[in-house]
Formats: sequence, C-alpha cells, structure tokens
Amino acid sequence: MKNVSRSYGTFKALDDVSIEIRKGEFFSLLGPSGCGKTTLLRSIAGFDTPDEGVIELDGRNIIPYPPEKRLVNTVFQSYALFPHLNVFENIAFPLRLKKEKESSVRDKVAQYLKLVQLSGHEHKKPAMLSGGQKQRVAIARALINEPSVLLLDEPLSALDAKLRQSLLVELDQIHDKIGITFIYVTHDQSEALSVSDRIAVMNEGKVLQTGTPYEIYESPATDFVARFIGETNLFPATVVSCVPFEQTHMSTLQVDALGSVIRVTDDDYLEAGTHVSFTVRPEKLKITSHPPLTVSKDINLFSGIVDEPIYSGFQSKYYVALACGTIIKVIQQHATYMDEGPAINWKDSVFVSWSAEDGYIVEVIDR
Amino acid sequence: MNSVSFDTRTRHGATFSNVVLILVILFLFLPLFVIITYSFSASKSMEFTTFSLKWYTQLFFDSDELWSAFLNSAVIALSSAAVATVIASGAAIGIMWYRFKGRQYIQILSFLPMVLPEVIIGISMLIFFSAVRLPLGLITIFIAHTTFNLPFVYLLVTARLDEFDISTVEAARDLGANEAQSLVKVVIPSILPGMLSGFLMAVTMSLEDFVITFFVSGPGSTTLPLYVYSMIRYGVSPVINALSFVLILSIMLIAFAMRRFLKTIAASS
Repeated sequence: MKNVSRSYGTFKALDDVSIEIRKGEFFSLLGPSGCGKTTLLRSIAGFDTPDEGVIELDGRNIIPYPPEKRLVNTVFQSYALFPHLNVFENIAFPLRLKKEKESSVRDKVAQYLKLVQLSGHEHKKPAMLSGGQKQRVAIARALINEPSVLLLDEPLSALDAKLRQSLLVELDQIHDKIGITFIYVTHDQSEALSVSDRIAVMNEGKVLQTGTPYEIYESPATDFVARFIGETNLFPATVVSCVPFEQTHMSTLQVDALGSVIRVTDDDYLEAGTHVSFTVRPEKLKITSHPPLTVSKDINLFSGIVDEPIYSGFQSKYYVALACGTIIKVIQQHATYMDEGPAINWKDSVFVSWSAEDGYIVEVIDR
Repeated sequence: MNSVSFDTRTRHGATFSNVVLILVILFLFLPLFVIITYSFSASKSMEFTTFSLKWYTQLFFDSDELWSAFLNSAVIALSSAAVATVIASGAAIGIMWYRFKGRQYIQILSFLPMVLPEVIIGISMLIFFSAVRLPLGLITIFIAHTTFNLPFVYLLVTARLDEFDISTVEAARDLGANEAQSLVKVVIPSILPGMLSGFLMAVTMSLEDFVITFFVSGPGSTTLPLYVYSMIRYGVSPVINALSFVLILSIMLIAFAMRRFLKTIAASS
C-alpha cells in the first residue's frame, strides 16, 4: 500500500502510510490502541475507504472493490460467528454463497475443521463453544475461501493468557502449512515479536518502523519504538566526541540523567554537540554486589542502591537508584539454582555496568 | 433456639405471601370466572340456574353478524400486523445500519403513537381520513391499526438488534455476501424471534383495539370489539359470556403454543 491516508474530521487515523508486504509473509501491525492499525486493516478488507492512496494486491488497486469482491478474508476480534448457524454451516457459509456442490462443501469443511482441530464439533452452535473454539471456527471460515491474504484483527485479545500463547503457536503452524500472507493486528508486542516475519510499528497514524522482530527490538528507529517494544532505559544525551572504533564508531555521550559520560558504539559518525537518545535494554545490564575487578575502557559502570527488587521466578527485575537519583532498570536471569534466594536484596548497594556495544543510539533528534 | 425461631419466621412469611398471592389471583381472575360460570347457565339474567350449552349453540350457529365482525377483526389483525412487522423491521434495521442526520429524532417520533392517548390518535386519524376523502371502512381501520402497531414492533425488533453483533454483517460481506445476501442470511435470521413476537403483539393489539377503531370504522366494517359493545347497549347477552370463554380459551392456547415456539427458536439461535 502506498501513501494511504484516512481522516475522521480533524483526526488523522492514517497519515501517509506506505507498507510493502511480501507474499506469504506473517506481517504484524503493532501499536497502541488508536494508532491506526485497525483502520488500516479495515481499509485492506474494504470496510473503510481511505481518503488518499492506493492499496494494491498482486499489482492491482483494490480500493474500488467492495469487501465481497476482495481476495482477502478477516478474522474478527469479536469472532463474528453467525449465531443462528452451527459450526459446519458457519464454515460452509462462503461456499454456500458460491453455490458449491454439497459433496465438495462437505470435503472442504472437514478439511478446514481438521486444520483448526475442531473435528467432531460440526453440529454445535457458536453459543456452546469456548472462546478459543469460536476463534478457531472463525479462522477456518476465513480460510475456506482460499484468500490471498488473511487479515487478523487482534484475534486473541479476548482470550486468557495461556490459551493466547497456545493459539498463537497454532496460528503460526497454520501459516506455515498453508503459506498465504497473514496480516496480524495486535497491541501486544510479545505476540508480534514471537510469530512475525516482519513488523510495522505504528503510532498516531504513522508507521514508525518496519523490520524483523530482531531489528525492531535491537535497533529501534524512534524513542517510541524503543519504549513500546519490551522494556528499556532511555535517556536524552549529547555527543561529546566520536572516534572510529574497529568497524564502527565509538561515541562518548554526555547523559545528564546519569550525571556523567558514557560510551556507546554506533555505525554512524556523529558530530560533537548532536542531541540524541540513548537506550540500553535492562537484560543487557549486569548487576553485581562488588565492583568488577578490571574495568576496561568500553565498560560503563555506575553504583547505586536497589530501590525495588521484583522477583518473578525465572528472573528478577531491579529498579536501581543511581547516586544521581535516576532509576535504572536491570533484569537478571536466574540461570543457576539459588538455595538462599536472590543474592541481591532491597536497599543493597550494587554496581550496574554494561559494555559500549550493548547500548544503542536511537534517534538523532536534530542533525 | 435460634434455628427454631428462624424456621417459624420463614413459615410465617410464606403463609403471608401465599395469602397475598391468592388474593391477587382472585382479584384478577374472579370476573373471568363469573363470566365463565354464567356462560353455562340456562338463565338469561345474571344468576346460575341450571347447566346449559344453549348460549354456545347460539354463538356458533345463530350469530352471523358476530362471526362476520370476527372475520373483519381477524383479517385486519393479521394484515395490519404483517405490514407493521415488515415496515417496523425495515425501519429498525435501517436505523441501525445507516448513520444519517436526524436518526435519533426518528426514534423519538416513532414512539409517539405509543404514548399519545388513543382518543387523540383516533380523532386525528378520523380528521385526516375525511380531509383526504378516504371513505371510512376496512381500509381506514387497516391503516390506523398498522400505524399504532408500528412502534410496538419497532421496539421489540430494536431490542433484539441491540444484542446483534454488527460485525457479523461485516463477516458476511467479507466472506463474499453482497449487502442483500447479508441482510437475508445474517440479519433477518438473527432478529426473527423479535419480529415474530412483534407480529404476535401487533395481532393482539389490533384484535382488542376499540377506541381508535371506533373513530375510523364505517358502515359494514364492524370489528368484534365494536360489535360486542353494540350488543351490550341492548343489555348483556349471555352469548357474549360464551364468546368470552371461547376467546379466553383460544388466546391461552395460542399464547402457550407461541411460548413454546419462541423458546425453540431462541434455543436454536
């Protein structure tokens, strides 16, 4: 889709959005509620008409066509099953419209019921199904027309966390099996990261970044992306100096929030005096009770006091108050057996450190 | 001790509410019992002498005018209910489906006939029909009944539509149905119970309406309530008692049958 815009009054739901989605891709539109991702999906499905721009499917602009003429099908957030029809007839609905032969309807419905693991539930009414089963019926119904693209509008948001996980894995397996393009709308970054081939992060009607889950997590394009995907420590900073370092550049940044300078490597050369954002993910920080024995030049080291330890079994998250007052988040995996509980507790004096390569310069605010 | 006193109190309460229940039932149904009793009495005055079925014989074999009035009533009830159901369902679906200016005012306007006194509706209809020079008769009664039935059907269908998930229409379109197909295959089956109960309500309202019909009926278009009223002016005939019992019985039967029917529909949707 190219330069798609859509306004409701003065509110710009979509602001000059251009995305290219490859055939067979599991593509996610990720963003907070109201970011325009659902409007974009509805524009692809044909329930909403953009004010400007084109949406092409296999090289053909589909905007002039009504929803029933588009080779895309949708799985709705609310399932949208037909309450007066049983599971079989719900899934057979598109085939009945095409007046397909009874024998072929039977075969196809059986095939797709098997795909979503619902064989044996043919005669149940939607009201008798659980949330997960309803969504499976909706998926089978959307796939039976063999669309070029399957649109999924937050399909798992009404389900509980455990079921969401297993259905997500199942969706991924279905995607691998049938190989059509999936466009998946979600506000849940962990869902998007875990199954997508690529993700577009949206906010306020704009696409902020398009990339693989890895790119989006490790190299966020803007402050918003860095904050929205996972957890992070993000500070405004000013470049003090920048020198070549191995294949990249080593910048020294003045970070007022940390009350000192830090070192970070970056591909680009940055002019001294440039204002930037600096981010480092909490799991990349090391937290220790004693200072490291040797401190190399590219290690950033701070001391502080544990303000709030949050133990959650497989890991602990520490909010560490640095000497200058800034709180920094650190996540430590518990990879070994702890007989006595975590070694670091509330009010302990600790040292937080990270290597220059683990930091990342997010957004050059002015250049 | 505690549990004992608790027991007596509940038993006491139960007796009291039973008494109230019986009193209410008596208050509601005693007049009907009286009518039913008199309908089996041989006497023409209001007293029970000996058991007789002669009023029933007269009702079924010697009351041509009554039966033609009943026929009028039935024809008007069924036709006006059917037309009102179609128009009101269409209106309810349209008001849900399309967003347009003045949407909420239409909703308020449509309830007017329900809250206005029947006398006013009757008089205004009469003035309107004479202004457009439409002769009073079955046609005018049919129009009047359709009009006052609309808001009731509209209300029942709208109540059903409130539970309707509009995204199922989008799903139908998405799966290849055009607008008309999604209406026929998705919307109407979902609101059918509402349409049916609206229709039944309309039939009942039309059958029992006296005031409005009184204003807009003409010669030869007497309905059953009008006929019964005209009979009473010459003294209450025991035939009416017999008719009352027949009506009570048939309405109860229909109501029970419909209840079961609507239940099966509700269960299947």
